[in-house]
Amino acid sequence: MTSISIAQPSNSKAAQRKRLTIKWTGIAALVTLAALAIFVLLPLVEVVSRALADKDGNFVGISNFITYFQSPSLVNSLFNTLSIGLMVTFFVVTLAFSYAYALTHTRMPFKGFFRALAMLPIFAPSLLPAIALVYLFGNQGILKEWLFGASIYGPIGIVIGMTFWIFPHAFMIIYTALQQNDGRLYEAATSCKAGFWHTFYSVTLSNARYGLLSAVFVSFTLAVTDFGVAKVIGGQYDVLATDIYKQVIGQQNFAMGSVVGVVLLLPALFSFAADRWVQKKQQSTLNAKSTPFTPEKSWLTSGVALATTSLITITLLTIVGMAVYASFIKFWPYNLSFSLNNYQFDLMDGGGWESYFNSLKMATLTAMIGTVFIFVTAWLNERCQTNAIMRQAVDFLSMIPMAVPGMVLGLAYIFFFNQPNNPLNFMYGTLLILAVSSIAHFYTVCHLSFKTAFKQIDKEFDQVALSVNRSRWDMLVKLYIPLSMPAISSVFLYLFVNAMTTVSAVVFLYASDTALASVAVLNMDDAGDIAPAAAMATLIMVTCLAAKAVHWLIFDVLIIGRQTWRTAGA
Amino acid sequence: MNNKITALVTGLALAAGVAAKTELTVYTAVEAEDLKRYADTFEAQNPDIEINWVRDSTGIITAKLLAEKENPQADVIWGLAGTSLMVLGNEGMLASYKPQGYELLDPKFRDNSPEPQWVGMDAWMAAICVNTVEAEKHNLPMPTSWADLTNPVYQGHVIMPNPASSGTGFLDVSSWMQMMGEDQAWDYMDDLHNNISRYTHSGSKPCKLAASGETAIGVSFAFRAAKSKEQGAPLEIVFPTEGLGWDMEAAAIVKGTEKQAAAERLMDFIISREAMEMYNVGYAIVAMPGVAKPVKHFPENASELIIDNDFAWAAANRDRILSEWTRRYDGKSEAK
Repeated sequence: MTSISIAQPSNSKAAQRKRLTIKWTGIAALVTLAALAIFVLLPLVEVVSRALADKDGNFVGISNFITYFQSPSLVNSLFNTLSIGLMVTFFVVTLAFSYAYALTHTRMPFKGFFRALAMLPIFAPSLLPAIALVYLFGNQGILKEWLFGASIYGPIGIVIGMTFWIFPHAFMIIYTALQQNDGRLYEAATSCKAGFWHTFYSVTLSNARYGLLSAVFVSFTLAVTDFGVAKVIGGQYDVLATDIYKQVIGQQNFAMGSVVGVVLLLPALFSFAADRWVQKKQQSTLNAKSTPFTPEKSWLTSGVALATTSLITITLLTIVGMAVYASFIKFWPYNLSFSLNNYQFDLMDGGGWESYFNSLKMATLTAMIGTVFIFVTAWLNERCQTNAIMRQAVDFLSMIPMAVPGMVLGLAYIFFFNQPNNPLNFMYGTLLILAVSSIAHFYTVCHLSFKTAFKQIDKEFDQVALSVNRSRWDMLVKLYIPLSMPAISSVFLYLFVNAMTTVSAVVFLYASDTALASVAVLNMDDAGDIAPAAAMATLIMVTCLAAKAVHWLIFDVLIIGRQTWRTAGA
Repeated sequence: MNNKITALVTGLALAAGVAAKTELTVYTAVEAEDLKRYADTFEAQNPDIEINWVRDSTGIITAKLLAEKENPQADVIWGLAGTSLMVLGNEGMLASYKPQGYELLDPKFRDNSPEPQWVGMDAWMAAICVNTVEAEKHNLPMPTSWADLTNPVYQGHVIMPNPASSGTGFLDVSSWMQMMGEDQAWDYMDDLHNNISRYTHSGSKPCKLAASGETAIGVSFAFRAAKSKEQGAPLEIVFPTEGLGWDMEAAAIVKGTEKQAAAERLMDFIISREAMEMYNVGYAIVAMPGVAKPVKHFPENASELIIDNDFAWAAANRDRILSEWTRRYDGKSEAK
């Protein structure tokens, strides 16, 4: 009797503790779901409803869309956008494939160097290549003759600029796909005396087909939604992203801006859905019996590979180098002496040096809040959520940002947060809303990174820990955070770099005292101050590269260097 | 102890002083390089007021103000085209205020109604920037008149601002209409359109593009032309013989501001003699007679070259002219 009465309280205490645990994770999961709905879903609903209303907010059905499709110049932009998307996708995927193939299927030297350099464009705002192209191929461009009289202002400039900027995105996907090659298949092909092209087609391409398709869709989405390149070098060639800007900023016609936004959403959504479909089909072709593929030694293939990658790398470096060089020139093209005048941002449009420091603050804020929020949300959802519907809801909301163009997201945020009766109205015009919009804009990749990281942590840890009465909190702090450190640091860097370089969403959201460096590049170019624009773009790129260097020092040299057990175990 | 209390009181007083600083949101289309100088001069005299600039091209600032009509964000407009302020005045968006020294201004720069809503600051006028190196390279003759610009030899070599977004663009169009008559002006622009390679969003950009040789001819305004030439660009500044379109930069208080007192002090400063001298650094014609000194690279008879501009007509017809312009020519416009 007594023994029972002693045992009972301890039992109920454990039960109570368990209940409490379930409670706080349950509440936290609800909060994160609500936050996702507020910051991703509701603003988008607002854009669609504005597209269906007139200037005074009365519902008018699809009449705005009818007006849209009756104005030839706007419809023209739709075709322009699609054709730019197709051309850029073709060039990017071809180049990225050649580059990745050389790095994975030949024995060319300096692979690490070339792999690192391929990522360079990621660290620059998309405005940088466009500005560089003005100096390379504009009327005073040093390589102007290469265009045989054609103008860089228009489709040619847009395609080259976007190809540069999207290259690393396509390269990463294709590189990963090409790496997963089973050596046994190549041995089989050799023993069947299959020729090079036959092997290439039926082994290499066939293995990488899903990666290639994925690269196609990602490149297409980026090309149709990018704003910076088309704005700077597009001349009189209009695309949907610049049309939204024209309608909203130039004419303050928000209804028509929303209509263009919804139209832009369609190709992006289609491309996104197709990509998800491909991802589902994709399964690892590797298994425990696979052998690593070692390319044969051949001077010829190594030579061709080295030449191809060098050519592409030189192009990338030329574009970046031109922008950097131009930023230090006193008065292009008549006085080529060295000068720091272009870095006197306080004398130009765009918000001056303050805009640079605003960007630093905003990017840090984005990286800090974003990493914590996305990590906790992903952890709650993957490891604590017991309700399948809620889990799917979070997953779904986390995927939406990938499909939403930045211009549309920015517009959505104006509508949603600028309503005087919205309790979140206080955020409007602050650095915080710029950070939140950036987190929402780049949410998907971060969420997927954490999901992948958690997959490597055995679920049995949780069961064991809970059975010995360890709380969820302990698990989070002592197990998940340390083991996910590589993913956490990468997501932090990813958010920082993207927040520094992005223009599309924030261009609608900045206020006079929260001007950003990337927007300053745009506004300086708009006022004809192209060299200072190049200077600010250079500064952004250098900052992002510095962030990458710090990240590399901390995580690759100091921490991973000590965690030898991790590599030893793998 | 006493010291501590004194320190505390002083600290509180200082804190209160800092907190009492009034921030004015000022919308402007003044050239960016002048903004800091203007604000510094004003704030030096009025340390308790701080100016927050919102700057963009004339058309954009006008559109922004019109869009915010129900919920105005600006307290003061300092440096926007007179025609734009008249449009805003017609919409009932400006507060009446007669700043100190109003009578000293040239009547051309005054609202001249019993309860004035705006005051003029200075005039900015059209000019054509011709890059001599590029002109020689392409064998282009030096234009001397507006009519010259339609000569087919200039095809693809002319850049001008879009009048819908640029105040400079609009004063060109409105002056052509006043000089030639409306129908002939449209015919003229049809011909000119054939020679234009693109329309820019900013009024400065055509001259900056001419200065850097991106185009041979940029239709712009005298202030920018003089600045670019001063920087060492191989420019010839042409003032067309038919006459120059011009507009005034003007200022007004936005109706509904909660900072009326500070706004009025700013308006008093805006037409003070010191402010006029400040404008005269870049502009040859200012609102207060007898102040202006000649400005380098400007013609000495600037006030004789400008046309007799009918601002009321321009303001009343602005919307109609711009829609027609957009319908005819917008395909060649830069985004924005």
